Amino acid sequence: MSDPSKIVPQKEISTCFHCGEDCKDEILHFDGKEFCCTGCQLVYEVLNENDLCNYYDIAENPGLSQKDLSKRDNRFDYLDDADVIKKLVDFQNGAETHITFNIPLIHCASCIWLLENLHKLHEGVVSGRVDFIKKKVQVKFLQDKISLKDLVKLLSRIGYEPTINLADTDKKQVQSMDKKLITKLAVAGFCFGNMMLFSLPEYFSEAELLGQGFKKTFNYLNVLLALPVFFYSATDYYRSAWLSVRNKAVNMDVPIAIGIVTLFTYSLYDIFILGNEGYMDTLGGLLFFLLIGKYYQQKTYDTLSFDRDYKSYFPIAVTRLVKDEEEVIPLIKLNVGDIIRVRNSELIPSDSILLDGEAFIDYSFVTGEEVPVSKKKGELIYAGGRQKGKAITLAVQKSPSQGYLTDLWNNESFDKDKNHGLESLANKISGKFTFTVLMIALLSLLFWIWAGNTSLGVLAFTSVLIITCPCALAMSTPFTLGNTLRVFGQGKLYLKNAQVIEKLAKIDTVVFDKTGTLTAPSEAKVQYFGEPLSAESKSLIKAIVNQSTHALSNRINTWLEGIRAVSLTGEVEEFTGKGLRTNYKSQEIKLGSADFVGADSSGLPNGGNLVFFAVEDFVLGYFFIQSGLRKGVDQLVDAVQKEKEVHFLSGDQDHERQNLKRVFGDNIQMSFNQGPSDKLQYIKSLNASGKNTLMIGDGLNDAGALRESSIGIAVTDKVTNFSPASDAIMDAGMLYKLPKFLDFTKTSRSIIKASFGLSFTYNTVGVFFAVQGLVSPVFCAILMPISSISVVLFTTLTTNYIAHKRGLKEKIW
Amino acid sequence: MEVIFILIAISLILAGTFLFLFFRAMKGGQFEDNHTPAIRILFDNEPKTKDKKVPSTKLK
Repeated sequence: MSDPSKIVPQKEISTCFHCGEDCKDEILHFDGKEFCCTGCQLVYEVLNENDLCNYYDIAENPGLSQKDLSKRDNRFDYLDDADVIKKLVDFQNGAETHITFNIPLIHCASCIWLLENLHKLHEGVVSGRVDFIKKKVQVKFLQDKISLKDLVKLLSRIGYEPTINLADTDKKQVQSMDKKLITKLAVAGFCFGNMMLFSLPEYFSEAELLGQGFKKTFNYLNVLLALPVFFYSATDYYRSAWLSVRNKAVNMDVPIAIGIVTLFTYSLYDIFILGNEGYMDTLGGLLFFLLIGKYYQQKTYDTLSFDRDYKSYFPIAVTRLVKDEEEVIPLIKLNVGDIIRVRNSELIPSDSILLDGEAFIDYSFVTGEEVPVSKKKGELIYAGGRQKGKAITLAVQKSPSQGYLTDLWNNESFDKDKNHGLESLANKISGKFTFTVLMIALLSLLFWIWAGNTSLGVLAFTSVLIITCPCALAMSTPFTLGNTLRVFGQGKLYLKNAQVIEKLAKIDTVVFDKTGTLTAPSEAKVQYFGEPLSAESKSLIKAIVNQSTHALSNRINTWLEGIRAVSLTGEVEEFTGKGLRTNYKSQEIKLGSADFVGADSSGLPNGGNLVFFAVEDFVLGYFFIQSGLRKGVDQLVDAVQKEKEVHFLSGDQDHERQNLKRVFGDNIQMSFNQGPSDKLQYIKSLNASGKNTLMIGDGLNDAGALRESSIGIAVTDKVTNFSPASDAIMDAGMLYKLPKFLDFTKTSRSIIKASFGLSFTYNTVGVFFAVQGLVSPVFCAILMPISSISVVLFTTLTTNYIAHKRGLKEKIW
Repeated sequence: MEVIFILIAISLILAGTFLFLFFRAMKGGQFEDNHTPAIRILFDNEPKTKDKKVPSTKLK
């Protein structure tokens, strides 16, 4: 049943053939189909001419509305610049160019089909290949037939405009790390499997049956297969151990490296000198299991980016005015004193003074507040805001990298690696562990020499080193953390890497950004003051705000939920940044700012937005709209407060202090009027006083604080959207689960400790036999996998079971 | 029993070939995107003729 209030009794609604949206303002008829705007129609025309209408058959209404797109012809002119081209392309030779575009609009099978059939649209395009998950398309084209600029224009003409931003021009390659690990793992797995096959007959005395020749061959083959394991797969451990020893510390990789080297050299001696079977299969298995653990820990989220700075947000080019002539230049070439023009939905690239035009700046990416701010001529506008409305002219005051916001990235905390000396559990114990093992080995050697049996002493010495090689010990951390990482991922808290978990467990101070993090636009608090609204007025207002997409209109619309909209006879005119106007029953109705309706706003509450309602220039009342707190935030703060210190940081004035105090109590330290650098300094001073800080923020203005804190979590309504560089990205809807997540990090630590206990038990058993010189290759080949696998099973089972019990996971598996 | 020497050689060569093929596939980027090919394979090779007042319903 449809809700009668939701039916808007207007003219018949038809949907656009291209994008499937309702044709609200106009309906264009073309080729027997209906379109909502000229943009959509143009895309259809292009596709139709080139016989590519298959696009519309693969998915229903695959296009995206072309209404709000900038249609300026010269906006891609910067793509003629040779420097820019060189930085953007992946590969270029005399004839062909390869380039990878980021196209966030890719969303369905039709998109893939169309973008992979680009060669049918233009003969200069050789091929296109889409990566759907990463929303990227790699295009190969002949630069003599189509220039990069024309290619981008072509893409934008068919509705797939690539986003090209400043970060694209200085690419970094980080992916190869992962591939190398897989290669090493594959080599270790291959060698381990084959060595196991050659060693099995030995364990069952079958080799005797086959005769001496076979036994020797198998052993030599094992040596051969152990070479790639020892010289290739294990190299990371030597390097890490060496680095750690040089820094006069002992990390987990030191005992591992000692174990590997002893295993290998002793096995060589055993096979070639003594003619025995050696421990090569154990060596292969050891590396194989260790590398699996390493790989499991490196869970990455392809679609997320944890390293974004302002560069991935800022445009690559800007329109400069020189003697009233427009020219498009790359942003890097922008100088102080230049006059620039910024159009609707374009970004202000640097701190500048408004020269001309009406500025309504949307700072939602910077502060999290989505209601545009109006600026007057001569006022300074900070970089990072987006202009809503007509074009404005600005005089550049600071270079793009030196502004109020971007200056953050020049702070020293962005240069150093984020490492606050928090040692992982495994590294902490490995020093003592290595020392103890060496002591036991030496003592048993001395004991046997004293007893007059030097060869048994050497055997006992090497056996202890081999058997205590901390395979199980080394695996407890990666598997526990890897599992925790996955549990958190299912709970929509995406961590950059596994180290974050151990650091989270140590947090004692939590700092929240207010706007956009604790408060959310969608939870707006709307109050009405003035003459009571009649039912008719309410439905009239509902009908008016229905026609507008402005943030405040949406909030009033939500407030009037359930009210039936009246049918309007006249048009609703929207004056950007001012308000809405219409005629109803031959009366002029206005809804908007004080200036717009002619009201006097002095003495009215501030700390929110005011929307006045006026009929025939008589002000009936006003709406007072504040962004409200997210659901569950009060319980969240309460829960966190029990164990940790809580701070609030806000860029706003402190008029809400009382309000917040009422909700959250007096124990919270609140600071207002905090600019981007103030937030960074605030965290810095907390750190200096010995606190382990967790910063939770959302906008670019929190980037410094997120970076400086031990752990920074970026909160976002849509995880694939823009979020500033951080250690973790969290879905805003899951914020209420934060205490549970924090608690679980401690549980992870306990699980790691418990599995340490388990592997110590194995080691004690092993050492008991090793000091007596009783360790044989068979013994090793059995004890080693059992200990590793049981530790893996233990950590995986307990982590998932506890996560399930705590409600962090729906199913255990 | 000497035939085992030959079998061992064959098994090693076979396993080595698989390892090599795996490396080649990885280098070629076969494991980088495992979503798009699943969609790509469903596209018809030739777009149908221009006459399509009726949206195509897949009969096969």
